[in-house]
Amino acid sequence: MDAILLQILNGLDKGGAYALIALGLTLIFGTLGVVNFAHGALFMLGAFCAVSLQQLLTLSKRIKDESVTFFDAYKEVPYLKIWFGDFGDTIIDYSVPLAIILAIPVMLLIGLAMERGLIRFFYKRSHAEQILVTFGLAIVLQEIIKAIFGANPIPQPPPDVVAGSADIGLLFGLGQGVVYPWWRLVYLAFSLVVIGLVFAFLQFTTFGMVVRAGMQDRETVGLLGINIERRFTIVFGIAAVVAGLAGVMYTPILPPDYHMGMDFLVLSFVVVVVGGMGSLPGAVTAGFLLGILQSFASMTEVKAIIPGIDQIIIYLVAVVILLVRPRGLLGRKGVMES
Amino acid sequence: MQSQNARQDIILSALFSVAVLTMPIWLQPIGAAYPDLMQKFAIFGLFAIGFNILFGFTGYLSFGHAAFLGVGSYTAVWSFKLLTMNVIPAVIFGTLMAGIFAALIGFISLRRSGIYFSILTLAFAQMSYNLAYSVLTPITNGETGLQLRQQDPRVIDQALGVVPEAGLPVTNLFGFEMQGYTGFYFCAILLIIGFIIALRIARSPFGMMLSAIKSNQNRLNYIGVNTRPYTLAAFVISGMYAGLAGSLMAVTDPLAGAERMQWTASGEVVLMTILGGAGTLLGPVLGAAIIKYFENIFSSFHEAALLSAFDFLPDWLAEPVASVLGLFVGEGWHLTLGAVFMLIVIFMPGGVIEGLNKLVSLVRRRPDDTAPAAVQQPHSAE
Repeated sequence: MDAILLQILNGLDKGGAYALIALGLTLIFGTLGVVNFAHGALFMLGAFCAVSLQQLLTLSKRIKDESVTFFDAYKEVPYLKIWFGDFGDTIIDYSVPLAIILAIPVMLLIGLAMERGLIRFFYKRSHAEQILVTFGLAIVLQEIIKAIFGANPIPQPPPDVVAGSADIGLLFGLGQGVVYPWWRLVYLAFSLVVIGLVFAFLQFTTFGMVVRAGMQDRETVGLLGINIERRFTIVFGIAAVVAGLAGVMYTPILPPDYHMGMDFLVLSFVVVVVGGMGSLPGAVTAGFLLGILQSFASMTEVKAIIPGIDQIIIYLVAVVILLVRPRGLLGRKGVMES
Repeated sequence: MQSQNARQDIILSALFSVAVLTMPIWLQPIGAAYPDLMQKFAIFGLFAIGFNILFGFTGYLSFGHAAFLGVGSYTAVWSFKLLTMNVIPAVIFGTLMAGIFAALIGFISLRRSGIYFSILTLAFAQMSYNLAYSVLTPITNGETGLQLRQQDPRVIDQALGVVPEAGLPVTNLFGFEMQGYTGFYFCAILLIIGFIIALRIARSPFGMMLSAIKSNQNRLNYIGVNTRPYTLAAFVISGMYAGLAGSLMAVTDPLAGAERMQWTASGEVVLMTILGGAGTLLGPVLGAAIIKYFENIFSSFHEAALLSAFDFLPDWLAEPVASVLGLFVGEGWHLTLGAVFMLIVIFMPGGVIEGLNKLVSLVRRRPDDTAPAAVQQPHSAE
């Protein structure tokens, strides 16, 4: 029982990342009709927002270490600590959550620039060409990051408060000793909040209403005199922000490197397909479901029965879904069902 | 009309063969005339020709073709390990095994078209890649890659009484060692054969069917044609080309690693095909050669070399120019590749061949009199 609960929790944080990326992918596909292979790169860029902020905050000055008296020793002290003392330390400690504030405007700008600069010229072109051009863009983005930050993963510590593990055994009445990293719980909560915000935005604002109407029937909305194109551009920006935030918060779980986007992209596409192309609730549900499924498949008991299942389970599910129910779990009938 | 076309085809094949076989001569001025590189031209040319049969002729964008390349490589190395160092069985088994894999994957993937087909093939390729790294380690030797060893059984070689020499054995074709120019000519001859087969396919009723599927599959279905066997045949053929290319890789350098199956490797063959011109006959070979040539040049450059190349500029200018260009060479070759990819898709979706045709027709001022190879904008079958 404990093991099962732990696996579900394990799956939920990864599922949260899948759900956030897949949500953005679906938003873009549903509104603009574009298959965006560069979405994983946006996730990666978000993660590197966190890295750059951390490097910026820990810019250090070399000063003489007074405690060592035998010889001249130097130590690196961050400027923030010199200026603000302990408060500076606290800021550095919270660099990952603080990176959210940096990531929102940065990712919004990147998203808008991408849409205006490249994607909009591809609305009328075939899906194959959209895939190819965004694939090229993804390579370019990740190589730029590699040129700046190098090829090695850069670990990002979570804030001290949530660095340890939570004793969830007590929480769920399972007895002592069942522990789970705090940060993963934070990530799960964070992804739920972001997903909630996106849905609320689409459901309860006029802007969201217009976007939803546009997803149903773009032409009619356009005929009503609404500039649907501009709204869709903003939706692209929002999708970029969501992917970026997913990346920022994921850094303490997985040290970011330049190709993390590609790794997540393939899986997120599978999630979108399983959930149903163009269905937002589908993307979220499938994200969490596949995350949990994957963590169950990596249990040693399961691997003993079917070796290697943890490596392929998600793809296997996608293959089955595509063949049996091509519109996906929650997809609308007739959408991209060829 | 028919006979004229046939004559043109013969001329085209003859020209192609001559061009490929004389590569060591006419590639001399651009410094590409050494066997290792020309082998790569031939191998990736074959890979791209095969991919083009599926993508260019039939309109199905597969994102998992590298899997077949990997299967071909592994099979060929196993043939070297277990049977003989002769390349003929290795090439045959590699091609056949890739064909079997392609038949299995194609049978499932081809139930969908368009973007779903791309994602299905991608899923299968990722599965093969992940499995090759984990559970299949006994077969693939995981991250180290599959290598030859001296104490491998090599049943046939032993039965024939070939005395193992000291050191690792070398792949051979009935005694001719597959090194240097022998290796290149072996690949080159297979490339020519592969090209002629692709040409025959394009001109055959089967090829007409494929291009009909590309232009409008629904209409074919409405008039009662079952397109599935044709698409499956195209998929298997193109998978076998990939397997052949993979086994040739093992022939020229007998080791196989899983990174050959990664989906970015599939992306590279897509790029080659598009760069040259999807749907054309010569385009894929040209695209493969262009990319491998520039990969070779770009990755050998480094910043110091750039600095000396820009010696003529004043110092304050030379340094920033060299460091900016330095991003694109050496380690940064992939950046160049990605950028080229984007530029080609954006500005020249027809590829180099289309560009050349446009040039020719501009010069001739007879726009409807372009080259026989039908140039079409690549688009997926919906």
